[in-house]
Amino acid sequence: MVPTSAQTPILKVNKMKKYFQQQSAYFGKTGNWLRAVDGVSFSIQAGETLGLVGESGCGKTTVGRTVIGLYQPTAGWVAYKGVNLARAKPSERLVYRRQMQMIFQDPYASLNPRMTVGDIIMEPLLIHHPGMGKNERMERVNELLNMVGLNPEHANRYPHEFSGGQRQRIGIARALAVEPELIVCDEPVSAVDVSIQAQIINMLEELQEELNLTYLIIAHDLAMVKHISDRVAVMYLGKIVELVDSEVLYHNPLHPYSRALLSAVPIADPDVERQRKRILLEGDLPSPVNPPPGCYFHTRCNRVLPICHEQEPELRELEKGHFVACHNV
Amino acid sequence: MEHLLEVKNLEVEFSTYAGMVKAVRGVSFEVDPGEVVALVGESGCGKSVTAQSILQLIPSPPGKITNGEIIFNGDNILNKNEREMQKIRGNSIGMIFQDPMTYLNPVLSIATQVTENLRLHKGMTREQAMKRAVELFHLVGIPEPEIRLKQYPHQFSGGMRQRVMIAMALACEPKLIIADEPTTALDVTVQAQILELLKELKDRFQTAVILITHDLGVVAGQADRILVMYAGQIVECGTLDAVLKKPSHPYTWGLLKSVPRLDAAKGQKLTPIWGQPPDLLQDFTSCPFMPRCDYAMGICAREMPPYFNGGKVRCWLNHPQAPKVEFKKEVS
Ligand SMILES: Nc1ncnc2c1ncn2[C@@H]1O[C@H](COP(=O)(O)OP(=O)(O)OP(=O)(O)O)[C@@H](O)[C@H]1O
Ligand SMILES: Nc1ncnc2c1ncn2[C@@H]1O[C@H](COP(=O)(O)OP(=O)(O)OP(=O)(O)O)[C@@H](O)[C@H]1O
Ligand SMILES: [Mg+2]
Ligand SMILES: [Mg+2]
Repeated sequence: MVPTSAQTPILKVNKMKKYFQQQSAYFGKTGNWLRAVDGVSFSIQAGETLGLVGESGCGKTTVGRTVIGLYQPTAGWVAYKGVNLARAKPSERLVYRRQMQMIFQDPYASLNPRMTVGDIIMEPLLIHHPGMGKNERMERVNELLNMVGLNPEHANRYPHEFSGGQRQRIGIARALAVEPELIVCDEPVSAVDVSIQAQIINMLEELQEELNLTYLIIAHDLAMVKHISDRVAVMYLGKIVELVDSEVLYHNPLHPYSRALLSAVPIADPDVERQRKRILLEGDLPSPVNPPPGCYFHTRCNRVLPICHEQEPELRELEKGHFVACHNV
Repeated sequence: MEHLLEVKNLEVEFSTYAGMVKAVRGVSFEVDPGEVVALVGESGCGKSVTAQSILQLIPSPPGKITNGEIIFNGDNILNKNEREMQKIRGNSIGMIFQDPMTYLNPVLSIATQVTENLRLHKGMTREQAMKRAVELFHLVGIPEPEIRLKQYPHQFSGGMRQRVMIAMALACEPKLIIADEPTTALDVTVQAQILELLKELKDRFQTAVILITHDLGVVAGQADRILVMYAGQIVECGTLDAVLKKPSHPYTWGLLKSVPRLDAAKGQKLTPIWGQPPDLLQDFTSCPFMPRCDYAMGICAREMPPYFNGGKVRCWLNHPQAPKVEFKKEVS
C-alpha cells in the first residue's frame, strides 16, 4: 500500500552527492575525485518499497550508506521524517539512527565470526537500549530468531555453523532488533544460493506487512527488484536516470538505458526468448573519475542528439510520478 | 551419428578434512556436434567438477575421478596422460571460465597469452599468430586490436577480459567449448553482449558448447538441451522446451518457480524451495531431494529413484503407478 504523496515522506534525499578522493599508491591523496553518487534526489513514503537498480559501480551501495549516515554527503541533504539529519540534535540523530537499519550484501563478511548469534543480535540492543535487563534481552533475541524462521537454540552457535541463507536471516534479525522503521537492504540475496533466495524475499515481504516497514532495496537483479518494489529508481554512473512505478517501468520504460537494461534481463521461457529483441549497448560503463561531458549515458546511447554531448539532462516528471532524465523523450 | 562427447557414469570424490565429498555421483550425458547443452543446478551440485573432469583439471589430491569414461571423438580421454591432455586442452576443447582473472596471467601481455596456443598447437610463427590474434579480436568485438594486444589483463574491463577468454577459446577452432558461468560475474547489459557473441560464433563455426550456469534465463536463450543437476546427479534432462515448459522433476519446477520473472504479473508470490541444499558428505540411499520436496511420497524416503521416461528424469512421480501430479500452474 502506497500512501498518497501529500504526506511527509519518511525519507527524502535531495541532490545528494558523495565523492571519494582518489588515492595514489605512491603519493597519497590525489586531486582526482571519484563521483560515486553525483546528485540524486528521491523520496520514500512510509510503508513503501523503493528499489534501486543499476550496474556494478554505479553507486547503489554508496547511496544506501550515505542515507543511513555511514557516510557524510559531499553535497545535498538527507531528511528523515522531515528533519535534515546534518542539522538534527545529537540526541535526535541517535533516535533516527536506530530507526534506520541496513542489511548487508555479504552475510559472511558482515557477521563477527567470534560472536555467538545471540550476541550478534543483542549488540544493537546494548547500544540503543542500555537499560534493558538481561532476561528481557534474551527474550527479545528469541522472539527475533522466531521471526526470521530460526530456532532459539541457534542463539548459542557461531555464524560459520550456518548456511548462506541462514546467515542472511541472522543479519535480518540483527537489523530488526531495535525496531527500525526504515531498512536499507543492500543486495539481500545476491550472496545466497538461487534455491534459497525466494525464502528470504518472501520473508522480507511478510516482515514488512507485519511490522509496517519501509524498504530501500538495492540490487542489480532487475527481475527481483521489480518483484519486491512499489517504485524503482534506475541508476547510471552516480545518477538516477529514471524513477517510476515498477509496473510502469516494465511496460513503458522511457530512458534508453532503462530500455537496454530491461531488454538484457534473460527470461526463463524459451518462447519469450526466441521472440525477444535485445537492445545491445556498445562498450563499457565509463569511469566515475572522468565522467563524459553532457549526459553521462551518451557514450553508449543509441539515440544521441547534439545537445546530449553538452548539456546534462534534468530528471523531469514527464507523466504523473514518472521521472526521466533524457533530452530525447 | 557418433556423439562428439560422451560422459559415462562419471564419479568424482574429494577427500576433505570433514570426510569424503562425493561431488559427482554417476553422471552420464552426450554432446553432439554443434549442440549447446546447458548444465544447471544450485551452488555446489557438481557442475564445475563435471566440466573440469572432462579436461582432467580436477586438483588431485584432494580430488579423484573414481569411476567413468569420457569419450571424446571416439577416444576415452580419461586414459590420457598430462602431455596428451595438453594437446587437447585449448586445441580441440576450448574453455571459458567465470573469472578470467584467475586464468589470465597478470604479468604477461595479452598478445603472449592469446598467441600461445596458436604457436603451440598450430605451429604458427609469431607473425602468423599475431595476425590470427588480430582477426580473433575483431571477431569477438574488441576494438583497436593492435593496441589492445600489447596491453596487460588489468587494463581490461570485466566484459573485455571475458572477450579475451572467448578469443583464446576459439583460437584453435575447437570442436567443443566448455563455458563455466561465462557471464555470472558480468552486468546484465554486458552479459547480453557476450551471450549474443557466443550464439553468433556457435552458428558460424558449428562449435558444440557445454554451458554451465545457475540462471535458467540464460539457458532459455542459448541451449538446445538442458541437464539439471542436484547433489551430484543429473535429475532431469531433455530439450529446452521440454524441461522449461513441462518439467517432470519437482526440483526443476522449484527452480523455475522460486526465481522472480521480469514478465510476471504484479503481486505474484514466489514459491520457495524449502530447507537447505544437501550435504555431499552423505551417502544417499533414497532421493536426495526428498527432504525439500512438496510432492514426496512414501517410496521417495525409502528408495533411490531410477531414471524414468527413457532416461530423462530421476523421480518416483514418473513411475507408471505413481499418482499423476500437475505442478501447480501460475495464477497469472
Ligand atoms: N569507500 C570508498 N572509497 C573510494 N571509492 C569508493 C568507496 N566506496 C565506493 N567507491 C567507488 O564508488 C563507486 C560506486 O561504488 P558502489 O559500491 O556504491 O557501487 P554499487 O552500485 O553498489 O556497485 P556493486 O553493484 O558492484 O555493489 C565505485 O567506483 C567504487 O569503486
Ligand atoms: N578442490 C576441492 N576440494 C574439496 N571439495 C571440492 C573441491 N572442488 C569442489 N569440491 C566440492 O565438490 C562439490 C561440487 O562442487 P562444484 O564446484 O562442481 O559445484 P558447482 O555446481 O560448480 O557450484 P557453483 O554453482 O557454486 O559453481 C561441492 O560440494 C564442493 O564443495
Ligand atoms: Mg554495491
Ligand atoms: Mg561452479
